[in-house]
Amino acid sequence: MAAVVDTLRLTAEDALGLVKRREISPAELHAAYLDAIGERDGELHAYLRTCEQPSGESIPIALKDVISTKGVETTAGSKILSGYVPVFDATVAARCKAAGLTLLGKTNTDEFAMGSSTENSAWGPSRNPWDPTLVPGGSGGGTSAAVSAGLAPWGLGSDTGGSIKQPSALCGNVGLRPTYGTVSRYGVVAFASSLDQVGPVAKTVRDVALLYSIIAGRDPLDSTTVELPEPVELPAGERLDGLRIGVPKQIESLAAIEMGVRSAFEHALELARDLGAELGECDLPTSYRYGMPCYYLIAPAEASSNLARYDGARFGPRSEAATYREMVERTRDEGFGPEPKRRIMLGTYALSAGYFDAFYGQAQKVRTLLIQEHREALSRFDVIATPTSPTVAFPLGDKAADPLAMYACDLLTIPSCLAGLPGLSIPCGLSDGLPVGLQLLGAQFGENTLFRAGQVLEQAIGFDTVPERLR
Amino acid sequence: MTWEPVIGLEIHVQLKTRTKMFCRCAAGFGAGENTQTCPVCLGFPGALPVVNRRAVEWAVLLGLALGCEIPGQAVFSRKNYFYPDLPKGYQISQYDLPSCVNGNMILPTASGDRVIGIVRAHLEEDAAKTVHVGGRSGRIGGADVSLVDYNRGGTPLVEIVTAPDLRSADEAKRFLQLLRQTIVELGLSDAEMEKGTLRVDANVSVRPSGSDELRTRTEIKNMNSFNFIARGIEAEVERQVAVWEAGGEVRQETYDFDAASGTLTARRAKEAADDYRYFLPESPAARIRRIEPALDLERATVLVTGGLDRLWDETVAAGADGVAAANVIANALVGAGVEIDAVAPAELARLVEARDRIPRAALDEAIVKLAEPGFSADPYVAQEAVSDTSELEPIVDAILAANPGQVGAYRGGKEGLLGYFVGQVMKETQGRANARVVSELVRSKLEL
Amino acid sequence: MAISKEEVLHVARLARLALTEDEVERLTEELDAILDAVGIVGELDLADVPPTSHPLDLVNVWDEDEPRESLSLDEVFANAPARDGDLFRVPPTA
Ligand SMILES: [Mg+2]
Ligand SMILES: [Zn+2]
Repeated sequence: MAAVVDTLRLTAEDALGLVKRREISPAELHAAYLDAIGERDGELHAYLRTCEQPSGESIPIALKDVISTKGVETTAGSKILSGYVPVFDATVAARCKAAGLTLLGKTNTDEFAMGSSTENSAWGPSRNPWDPTLVPGGSGGGTSAAVSAGLAPWGLGSDTGGSIKQPSALCGNVGLRPTYGTVSRYGVVAFASSLDQVGPVAKTVRDVALLYSIIAGRDPLDSTTVELPEPVELPAGERLDGLRIGVPKQIESLAAIEMGVRSAFEHALELARDLGAELGECDLPTSYRYGMPCYYLIAPAEASSNLARYDGARFGPRSEAATYREMVERTRDEGFGPEPKRRIMLGTYALSAGYFDAFYGQAQKVRTLLIQEHREALSRFDVIATPTSPTVAFPLGDKAADPLAMYACDLLTIPSCLAGLPGLSIPCGLSDGLPVGLQLLGAQFGENTLFRAGQVLEQAIGFDTVPERLR
Repeated sequence: MTWEPVIGLEIHVQLKTRTKMFCRCAAGFGAGENTQTCPVCLGFPGALPVVNRRAVEWAVLLGLALGCEIPGQAVFSRKNYFYPDLPKGYQISQYDLPSCVNGNMILPTASGDRVIGIVRAHLEEDAAKTVHVGGRSGRIGGADVSLVDYNRGGTPLVEIVTAPDLRSADEAKRFLQLLRQTIVELGLSDAEMEKGTLRVDANVSVRPSGSDELRTRTEIKNMNSFNFIARGIEAEVERQVAVWEAGGEVRQETYDFDAASGTLTARRAKEAADDYRYFLPESPAARIRRIEPALDLERATVLVTGGLDRLWDETVAAGADGVAAANVIANALVGAGVEIDAVAPAELARLVEARDRIPRAALDEAIVKLAEPGFSADPYVAQEAVSDTSELEPIVDAILAANPGQVGAYRGGKEGLLGYFVGQVMKETQGRANARVVSELVRSKLEL
Repeated sequence: MAISKEEVLHVARLARLALTEDEVERLTEELDAILDAVGIVGELDLADVPPTSHPLDLVNVWDEDEPRESLSLDEVFANAPARDGDLFRVPPTA
């Protein structure tokens, strides 16, 4: 007889306990989540496909559809990969398997992880469990919606400029974008290689830390990975004594940040102070003016090259034509949606002869400044705190016609991504009944500090991760 | 008028490593079509390249055999273009920072040794093999198709580019034979033209004998034996001479050599070179120009061409004075044989900042140890050099007294001797004296 | 105007995208606005700033020259749109 589990409230840590104590079998747990998916995913569309049979001896996990899974279709949210079934596992998928985790399904994403609302998925948008008329954020809206609605205990996303942290904020869960180089990208459909990182999404900081410990570390198949300088610690503190928290002084004057977001953020800072943290002001003058422009030059430039392999020759659907060139042009025109096309065009332009120095080259130099100013701030503070997203979840269609408005969603998450630094988003309250995210940024390889700070704050804030309408 | 051919060669050598350049699929001939392929060399989504160490070492070995300089840093870039034999949509190749530069090969000839310049030799991955099949029986409409075998795709190549130093078809042929022998003896490749493990393109122009102008050149491809190379170049030289003598203009074109007929066929224009998009790190020339204002052209050039400028950049970013950092890096670090890539810029910056007030011996010792893991400047910058003139003065006096000849020479105008005296004082104090104070002291005494 | 329609067409050719007339119109407008917005990076005088291509300092990461197993032919062609024997088939390039 299966234990009755409430997937809405079950943390991964608790689920692991149940399985370990044999109070529930991996198959029963898998079935419980499939039931929840059957019940709620029709509305939310968090999943692109689910796996009916459990494949491991432990608890389930959801993987963003940019992560290659052997034998399970992987489309990166794009028609150009429709029907593509990888013959190899991404390293992160293999590490989950090795840990006994069982694949529950592949979650929705903006096409090639390009977007901040999941509306750019070729397979239709996902919806926010707190209010299905709203977006879950993106590009990892599928994973975040799934975790928030009890359709997965935890999941993996990928983050290039905010695709883990921003949807985590909008859906009220915890998300980590790890330090660049700590998690393998082998087998993860590439968007912008100098920025892409894979990271965990869950209900608690401890779950996120645990999943991070499973996926992190050097991978001989990814030359840009390193071994963690220190092992991952599961946080279990109660105070923040001595923790130095810097708040960028630019936050105060950023008009894009909504009032409700601002007050939840300030409330979290007050709690931190009460718990013993020392608050101070830091200065990131380049980050909030030039971070976004810098990102929207570098990321599209790299994308234009990374997406060149989609030519219809070796995999994916093909538009038939009389010559190779025509076949490629038609396959790409019909296979890519508007956002990848926009970015391929932008990136190709930024790299082309004559514009290279003014755009791509200049952006690479701005990136140096961003790295320097973060380094300087983090020499005086242990963490930098900002809101994760300037707004709470917004209605579907609101920004879909205005690329620049959509790009502005990542204003606060982008700079540290360019600097290669880790960022943790935890829910810090509600604004008009919708979750607000607190972003904690750390020094390179500073994940343990983020976990410690995030877990203490999480306890103090006492945010209920179950959407009100599902309680 | 007599005409002189001006010939440069671009040579691709397929290395006989066991595995490919960026994946560990077996490399080599004879296996079944597409059986030596994997997600990396098929360009499947998410696959990533991992460099073959032996290929890098062999490229360097070949460069050394060709008398090349081996810069401290070589960088792979992406050369973007679309073709079915290029599975990722880009070729990974070394562009502006190749493994080997500025070499030369001696070509012994009847009239003495000829020195043929090697502009560069770089590593890249080979393309796959595409077969074009036309009007096959049984196929609907007999349509042409291209068929691709990715076994060769990703095999390591070294591309060698010579200077336009060759002066006849025969010389080009003999140069290639000599180069081939060098490669084979090093064991890097079978270098067989018939098998395609040695491939040669020739750039050909002609000019009036005795002039040093460079006229429009053409490129000849697809010559798959040494004799064909000689015949192809010869035919092209004759054609160009005829064009010029008839009052015409040679146009920049690419020709395929047809061995059967011995003729050259112009290729249809392909994508222009400018349309290739590269992912570039900043070029060395651009880097010299960027750092020059903080230094001067000479210092900037030394840093960039010595592969030292990245450390300099980071040391300056960590707060060091630009000129001082350049001097310390280019002189002291290089002189001490410090492994540049292992130096922590922040620690170096602290040493640069402290260099004038800490003992010379401490600075020298710190520099030798800079590249050691976990090096900290702390114990060195905490030391104080002896700056107390009352302590230094007797030593200076004694040294000046002991060297009356040099003192006379200095006063007679040989001011370069200042360093000699300072050095003597440093020796006497076992490097503990503040060099600047000593220098001032010596000067003031000598100029009394 | 940061970008003209002719430039958009040229870039589309480089990127191998057979855009429709409508797409060209819309992309010209959108790219123009985006390039205006991102072009503010030009405000900064960065002549003396080195570029960053990658936020992680690693050199000489490589693998030994030891063969590992390649894919089986079934795996090689599992997703192939067109196969001819053991070769990938594409329309003629010539
Ligand atoms: Mg080449
Ligand atoms: Zn391979």
